[in-house]
Amino acid sequence: MTKTSPTARRKAGCPPSYRWLAIAALRALIVIACVTTAVFFLIRIVPGDPAKMILGEYATAESIAALRRTLGLDLPLWEQFVRFLHTLLTRGDTGLSIVSGVPVRQLIAERAPVTLLLIALACLLAAAVSLVLAVVAATNKDKLLDHLIRIFPAITLGMPVFWVGLLLILLFGVHLRWFPVGGIGEGWTGMLYSLALPAITVAFSQIPTLVRSLRAQMLEVLESDFVVTLRAARIPRRVILFKHVLRNSALPTLMLFGVNLSYLIGGTLVVEQVFGIKGIGSLLFTSISSRDFPVIQGIALYCAFAVVAIGLLIEIAAWRLDPRTKEKR
Amino acid sequence: MSHRSISPEAGPLPAGRGWSRVRRTPALLAGSFMMLVLILLAVFIPWISPYDPIAQDLSAFLRPPSADHWLGTDQLGRDLFTRLIYAARTDLGIMVLAEIIPFCLGITVGMLAGYYGGWVDTIVSLVTDTFIAFPFYLIVIIVAFASGAGAQGIYITFMLVGWIVFARVSRGLAASLKRQEWIASAQTLGLPGWRILLRHLLPNILPQAVVVLMTDMVGVLVAIVTLGYLGIGIAPPTPDWGTMVADGQSFMTTAWWLSAMPGLAVVYTGIALSLIGDGLADLWRRKS
Repeated sequence: MTKTSPTARRKAGCPPSYRWLAIAALRALIVIACVTTAVFFLIRIVPGDPAKMILGEYATAESIAALRRTLGLDLPLWEQFVRFLHTLLTRGDTGLSIVSGVPVRQLIAERAPVTLLLIALACLLAAAVSLVLAVVAATNKDKLLDHLIRIFPAITLGMPVFWVGLLLILLFGVHLRWFPVGGIGEGWTGMLYSLALPAITVAFSQIPTLVRSLRAQMLEVLESDFVVTLRAARIPRRVILFKHVLRNSALPTLMLFGVNLSYLIGGTLVVEQVFGIKGIGSLLFTSISSRDFPVIQGIALYCAFAVVAIGLLIEIAAWRLDPRTKEKR
Repeated sequence: MSHRSISPEAGPLPAGRGWSRVRRTPALLAGSFMMLVLILLAVFIPWISPYDPIAQDLSAFLRPPSADHWLGTDQLGRDLFTRLIYAARTDLGIMVLAEIIPFCLGITVGMLAGYYGGWVDTIVSLVTDTFIAFPFYLIVIIVAFASGAGAQGIYITFMLVGWIVFARVSRGLAASLKRQEWIASAQTLGLPGWRILLRHLLPNILPQAVVVLMTDMVGVLVAIVTLGYLGIGIAPPTPDWGTMVADGQSFMTTAWWLSAMPGLAVVYTGIALSLIGDGLADLWRRKS
């Protein structure tokens, strides 16, 4: 960024952090603007007339023309875009659902809690399992356990998340009958219970990359000078590992997690389909089959917003936890 | 990395040395072998299997695996093994096609940005840094929906965002390579820019980019199959691993292999490509 050292800047009384924060926020805004624009134009530019898709193959020319008017598709592209931006900025959604006439925002708000709970459960699970596996792999470097844990990502990389879900249903739902095969149970416990398999499925897709990153980071920290010093000072191994090594190696993994977030959300939407959970994912796919244009656009925008916002929060968290990250920028 | 600088015009490696190195990279050999088996099967399947991948035979539906039908038949009486291999043609074909343009474009953009620096580099870095947070999966779903079922959505999306990962890799490499002496000496000799880029930078960037390509292809394959599973990818009756998993889902309790096998085919391809990628990375690391 600049050639002045961080200390020099600190002495000059100018907190370098705010500039970094402004850049990160600006970047987040750019991504949201890009996604908004891309989704808008992609749907209109790619071959296929939405009005024709909504009404089906046998629609008359008049009804197609009428629907194009209602949707505003007969207007020039720039005017459509201005209108679209106007609704988006004033009302916070992409219009009314064609099928139910309900504002898109309301539809999304009804479905969001289950999806968010599923994502949260999956994140917790992924974090816990990755932590254990990475610690085991790093402390047993080049031994059998380490090799086994390292083979894991190569095998799971090509596993489609919906397929993993189906296999889990087959094993734990159909054969062992430990978990329900789909749907959502009654009450809090029932809900958590029925979300267990879906959460495992989503977490499964995240664990390999997280383990790989965390293991590499831990090994790097384990070999650093300060750990050698701590060992020499006869600090117990457990304390070094959990208090010092883990803390110093968790941040890059957290950042990686932020980058993978869009895959996590995409995976969650698909997994909802596999387990028949009525969340954002099922809303998206029922809207796709009924060609409910504004809903699809709305979901894309809200998800993009969530991805970017959480990504930004993670970057801020990383920077708060470790002042060194800001110097890398 | 700079070992090739001894002669300013880096030529191809002697074939014999190359092969003996390949032989000592078991991951590369295993991956290539797995891939070769799949490709050979896909090419010769009309001669291997007596069955048609699309024609239905309702008198022989949901048969368990047997000598006649190695992996059994599906709900419409079609031979599962035959469909599985025909699906490899569809899915692997789209996977390769979808990566060609992003691969070439990404390397070109990244190399130019890294080598020349300046405002080109500023813009390219800004774009790649921004798009790393792009909610890619959603965009694929939206584009696939908007362009109708088929491979179009996949091609369009990957052209849009697929080049970024290659641009990032080759930009970083080009920027670090250009500071090395042999590039400086090529410049002093008065070689034109395009020649330095093509004859000196490109051969050193390609190996790394190919390693990334292997991992990236697995991602593309999973995306294709996921779209098929959701019913917005390859349209039936064309065999595709994703739609096959979805079709078999209703018969999970009685004929689990209908859904399990196509997924296993994806995993097999994923492992093969990962092994090739790891092997190439090893080979390349040992060379330098």
